[in-house]
Amino acid sequence: MSADFLYGVEVVINGLMSGVMYALVALGFVLIFKASGIFNFAQGVMALFSALTLVGIMEGQVPFAHLINAIFGTHIHNFGWEVPALLAIFLTVLVMVAFAWAVQKFLFRHLVGQEPIILFMATIGLAYFLEGIGDLMWGSEIRTLALGLPQGGARFIEDATAGLGGDDFYGFFIDKLDIVASIVAIILVASLVIFSQYTKHGRAMRAVADDHQAALSVGISLNFVWVLVWSLAGIVALVAGVMWGAKSGVQFSLSLIALKALPVLMLGGFTSIPGAIVGGLIIGVGEKLFEYLIGPMVGGATENWFAYVLALLFLVFRPQGLFGEKIIERV
Amino acid sequence: MTQVLESYQTEDGRTIGDVVLDLKNITLRFGGVEAIKNISFNIRQGEIRAIIGPNGAGKSSMLNVISGFYTPQEGEVWFNGKPRAPLRPYQVARQGIARTFQNIALFEGMSVLDNVMTGRLNHMKSGMLSQAIWKGKAEREEIENRERVEHVIDFLEIQSIRKTPVGRLPYGLKKRVELARALAAEPNLLLLDEPMAGMNVEEKEDMSRFILDVNDEFGTTIALIEHDMGVVMDLSDRVVVMDYGRKIGDGTPDEVRSNQDVIDAYLGVSND
Ligand SMILES: Nc1ncnc2c1ncn2[C@@H]1O[C@H](COP(=O)(O)OP(=O)(O)OP(=O)(O)O)[C@@H](O)[C@H]1O
Ligand SMILES: [Mg+2]
Repeated sequence: MSADFLYGVEVVINGLMSGVMYALVALGFVLIFKASGIFNFAQGVMALFSALTLVGIMEGQVPFAHLINAIFGTHIHNFGWEVPALLAIFLTVLVMVAFAWAVQKFLFRHLVGQEPIILFMATIGLAYFLEGIGDLMWGSEIRTLALGLPQGGARFIEDATAGLGGDDFYGFFIDKLDIVASIVAIILVASLVIFSQYTKHGRAMRAVADDHQAALSVGISLNFVWVLVWSLAGIVALVAGVMWGAKSGVQFSLSLIALKALPVLMLGGFTSIPGAIVGGLIIGVGEKLFEYLIGPMVGGATENWFAYVLALLFLVFRPQGLFGEKIIERV
Repeated sequence: MTQVLESYQTEDGRTIGDVVLDLKNITLRFGGVEAIKNISFNIRQGEIRAIIGPNGAGKSSMLNVISGFYTPQEGEVWFNGKPRAPLRPYQVARQGIARTFQNIALFEGMSVLDNVMTGRLNHMKSGMLSQAIWKGKAEREEIENRERVEHVIDFLEIQSIRKTPVGRLPYGLKKRVELARALAAEPNLLLLDEPMAGMNVEEKEDMSRFILDVNDEFGTTIALIEHDMGVVMDLSDRVVVMDYGRKIGDGTPDEVRSNQDVIDAYLGVSND
């Protein structure tokens, strides 16, 4: 096998791994959109907020310390303890569930039946609010996430594959963190699928996604299901935030991962879980391959726009997305 | 408050029991429109109670009041001998009141079987955690639920379409699937909003037979809205007649048929 080809394969593998992450972020959108028709602009900020919360809890930081100090003239910043990672993750999940409950109780409960554009605007407001709350609670510095996840190239893969392509090929370079992230994402998606197919609340979730009136008539509380999907979206955001944050620090730019999910949604459709997954993979592989093959000819940096161009082309030819059904207006 | 709790015997020998649902002076407004004007009537255990009236009379609104989709501005709903606080539709469903809709509300993306299965959600006690931990209990529950669902599917003769996505079914079969989903919930009170609308004669006959069998075999109390007078007279034990939000008649089919107000309403206003 030629080294060039093998490097191409490496590009595809790495593309798949970033695709998994895109899929994960897109999944958060799909969950909420399916169940409530709300396009949640705040999904990216939720990832940032949950990662900040995780770091804050792990480091024993006092939430709202600045505010407390300003009001009471105190100088507290830390509880002086450190919380083990697993417990901190659990506590963060609780925070995200509380957030989901609050969003439902104080915001969307009052907006039932409003136009989609109003709901969308509400999520924009929510995004900036949450960003502000994140700053207020945990401060706005760049934080490092010390979960102890493995980092750097996976030596064993490099060594094992080095012999494949002659002297010019040094083996596949794959980041260990990407491997871990992919595994976690796959487990998360599998659990979500099992949950929605085989549990009572999962079934209720699917029912609400299909028809609100019918769901009510069989005894499903829409409010409960909406809190549930926002909680799940919060957990998905946490995982995405942790993986991204572990790579490049927990900082504002983390909330921009939502922008990566948009083309995935255009490709996969806003209501399809398989669509989000396959769409994520296509975009992940597509943008890496494009950069590898075409990038050098056009001066590089194609990863910024390639996904969007691909998605636009897709929109033109298949507006319903990969798995969406073509909607023909009844007249 | 006390209620008159007398039972009566039907011509075909069924015993109709106590009042299960008692509507007292219900008034429902939409802005300036009074859809229901101070209406009272009751539904007794085991009976088939029809609500009839011309288009726009307020029949569906009445059913929506019973099932919690609408909250009346005035009046009380008594259920099982107690006044009922205003409830959300899902809470009403959990009290054992199932319903179908005039313009069909099914889960179009799911198969017939899955649709009917959602009727069992109220009977699934196991939550997320217990389902993961007490596998045995959850399995037993799942088996019970499946048995009921299969029974209903057999009963309504929809075995051949059990795997079909509901979105692909013709209208008449959709109505039947909706009934199946309601029945899967084992309701005490079943509310049917025009279960035979848009059906051909043969489909109407099938549906009538199912409704009678449900009442007979499961002892389910049924309130139904229907425009076809022939069907109403055949099926129902007692009939409420509405017109412009008012009640203009209440009694057995024979009594209602000879009621002058009812005759006038039906002659004066066209209906389909
Ligand atoms: N959600 C609503 N908002 C506003 N007005 C309503 C609503 N539901 C019903 N109405 C009005 O209440 C009145 C009674 O309507 P309803 O649907 O109860 O009549 P109906 O007897 O079921 O008629 P049909 O035989 O056509 O089904 C009508 O004037 C209708 O326009
Ligand atoms: Mg109606």
